Amino acid sequence: MRTSGRTRKAAVIAVAGLAACATLITGCSSNSKDDSKGSSSNEKITLRIGDYGAFGYDDKTGAKLFAEYHKLHPNITIKEDNVSDSQVYWNSLKLHLNQNSGLDDIQAIEIGFVANATQPQYANKFVDFKSVKGFNASDWLDYKEKEATTTDGKIIGVGTDVGPTAICYRKDMFKAAGLPTDRNAVAALWAGDWQKFVDTGKKFQAQAPKGVAFTDSAGGLFNAVLSSQTTQYTDPSGKLVYDSSPGVQTAWNLSAEAVQDGLTAKLQQFDTSWTSAFKTNKFATVACPSWMIGQVASDSGAANKGNWDIAAPPQAGNWGGSFLGVPKSGKHTAEAEALAQWLTAPAQEVKVFQKFGNIPSVKAGLDDPAVANTTNDFFPGTPVGKIFSDTAHNIQPAPIGPNDSTVKDIITKNGLLLMEQKGTSKDAAWKKVQATVKDQLGG
Amino acid sequence: MATSVRATSDGSPRPSRTDPSTNRKSGDPGPPGGWRAKAYRLDTKASPYAYIAPFFLCFAAFGLFPLIYTGWLSFHQVELGTHAKWVGLQNYTDLWNNSFFWTALRNTFTLGVISTVPQLAMAIGLAHLLNYHMRARGFFRVAILAPYATSIAAATLVFIQLFNPDYGLINQLLGHVGIGNVQWSSSKWPAQIAISSIVTWRWTGYNALIYLAAMQAVPGDLYEAAALDGASRWRQFISVTVPSIRPTIFFTIIVSTIGATQLFGEPLIFGGNVGVSGGSDHQYQTLSLYMYDKGWQVGELGQASAVAWVMLLILLLIGAVQLLVLRSNRRKLGS
Repeated sequence: MRTSGRTRKAAVIAVAGLAACATLITGCSSNSKDDSKGSSSNEKITLRIGDYGAFGYDDKTGAKLFAEYHKLHPNITIKEDNVSDSQVYWNSLKLHLNQNSGLDDIQAIEIGFVANATQPQYANKFVDFKSVKGFNASDWLDYKEKEATTTDGKIIGVGTDVGPTAICYRKDMFKAAGLPTDRNAVAALWAGDWQKFVDTGKKFQAQAPKGVAFTDSAGGLFNAVLSSQTTQYTDPSGKLVYDSSPGVQTAWNLSAEAVQDGLTAKLQQFDTSWTSAFKTNKFATVACPSWMIGQVASDSGAANKGNWDIAAPPQAGNWGGSFLGVPKSGKHTAEAEALAQWLTAPAQEVKVFQKFGNIPSVKAGLDDPAVANTTNDFFPGTPVGKIFSDTAHNIQPAPIGPNDSTVKDIITKNGLLLMEQKGTSKDAAWKKVQATVKDQLGG
Repeated sequence: MATSVRATSDGSPRPSRTDPSTNRKSGDPGPPGGWRAKAYRLDTKASPYAYIAPFFLCFAAFGLFPLIYTGWLSFHQVELGTHAKWVGLQNYTDLWNNSFFWTALRNTFTLGVISTVPQLAMAIGLAHLLNYHMRARGFFRVAILAPYATSIAAATLVFIQLFNPDYGLINQLLGHVGIGNVQWSSSKWPAQIAISSIVTWRWTGYNALIYLAAMQAVPGDLYEAAALDGASRWRQFISVTVPSIRPTIFFTIIVSTIGATQLFGEPLIFGGNVGVSGGSDHQYQTLSLYMYDKGWQVGELGQASAVAWVMLLILLLIGAVQLLVLRSNRRKLGS
């Protein structure tokens, strides 16, 4: 009797072990759909919105838009599934789209991945906003909705924000180098042509204070020049053409010129040495999209307050921005469409702007006096809102493709950084770029 | 084994009732005593397997299955969430023709050598010193293990500050002795030395403690005899200590080699924004980083799996070589 008891105990342990393993295996597949079925108008439902980083909607630190919507529609509660890293977010969204499960009612899509999302395999899983009541693509900046449009004309997302890029510059350093300091006079130095920007850099460098470079990084310059070009990495048919694109060539040649003439501080954007260089005054300009203003302020520190100003860029470019898409698989697509439209309506985009500085992509929001009149304490007297909203209006649309961000990373991190930090020649660096792109993307 | 145990015990909820399945197996209902004897034999034979089953079941689920599945994936072209497409050996031939793979392999080897060799040499020296009678011996023994207890991320972040080319402590100190601005991350060898110093710092104490434990098992009379023969401390260390702890030395070499082949966290964090590619020129991209790059940056899980399997094969190869060396050594000692 005792023996069989022991055997049973052993079996129990074995089964428990099995069960533990099974729980571990299945543990990660959670079901994020809410339990209510159907969609009558007054039924209590929960809408889930998946996003990344700081979207600015939430009720704790954001513009409290979820609470506001709940007040307007008491039957709808909104839950946010936030992931801090947009790449991680996209990886799992891609998986969920492929499996058609685990999708939230609304999924945010970052501009770096929207060209992937418009590929047929994913685009068919999203509601086409063209068929949604009350949606009008022309309410948005021209290029914004184009980016979320598939080749057969479907629109898979509504635009949230854009990242118009201007030039942040140090007044004190410009003065020391004998350049004008007034933002209009500074903008006039390079108006219309990035070559003039590099030429200004040469003038600056000739008389620059010791240890100060004209601009922060070749990568930053490349990115700013490229984002203002009408041909970037991809041609209108969606083919990757970085190797022959006139836009890439312009941006590459200019940044290489800047490196060879010693105009760059040889830093890597968002690296710790880059962030600390704001405080140690290592460079005089940085191409700054609207969302970088906060970082310029916090990294430069209070001692540099009033030293920075913002001037219009030679040519307007866009860096950043997002969309809200509604997966078809959701149980409450009608409500989700309404919520996505409400969140991206002018009034709400202005509210997010006021809280977080995200520039509205919807025209009426961009033209709202609340945006144009916005200033920033760190830049006394600078019409921050006006500079960025003007820039946003001037951005030219360009075709984008699914591999753009990979190629951009390779050019800036493997190509230009090699030239800056190791003195590799321009041709050798470009060969390295080609080899790395081939390794990563094949072909 | 586990299943047969379960069938028996599930089939006999109460011992008083005769179990049909047991009966069928024995072919003879027999007296209760015979049944008990059988159960007893089964218990002594089977229950050890049942006790170890949880580990092996978990190992099968989380160790063996991923291993085999990765091997299967390595013959396919596959992206996350999509259907795998059979490509045969193409992933492997692609690797063979890929200069970045060979760079990663070379980096893994050089990083492995410059981190493992000094690490083990220093560990054995430290262990020898700690083996002496000295004051606060316990404190020192705990202190050398402290680096092992810090997380890779925390240690690496501190080393990034130390090795910062502009304001780091190392360059400041080197400046005093007249060595110019060393680019600790963008130049190949300085970057590899910096990374291997993190590894060395973390693992030296751990290995020292293992050596120390082995040294304390060396009989004291050997030293006494050596001392009577007039051997110096150094001579004792070379001729008594090292031969006595040789198996332990081999063990640490094997473990360190495995660790070095899988080097990942240190270079990844050390590189910051260019960590995945192991620096802007791939100057410290290890095989693990290359695998991660392929799998999670590029999204080619098939190629990443091929890298994983190549790493496994390399480890098996190194393990086999080490085993052969160990055997020939034993034979030499034996003869």
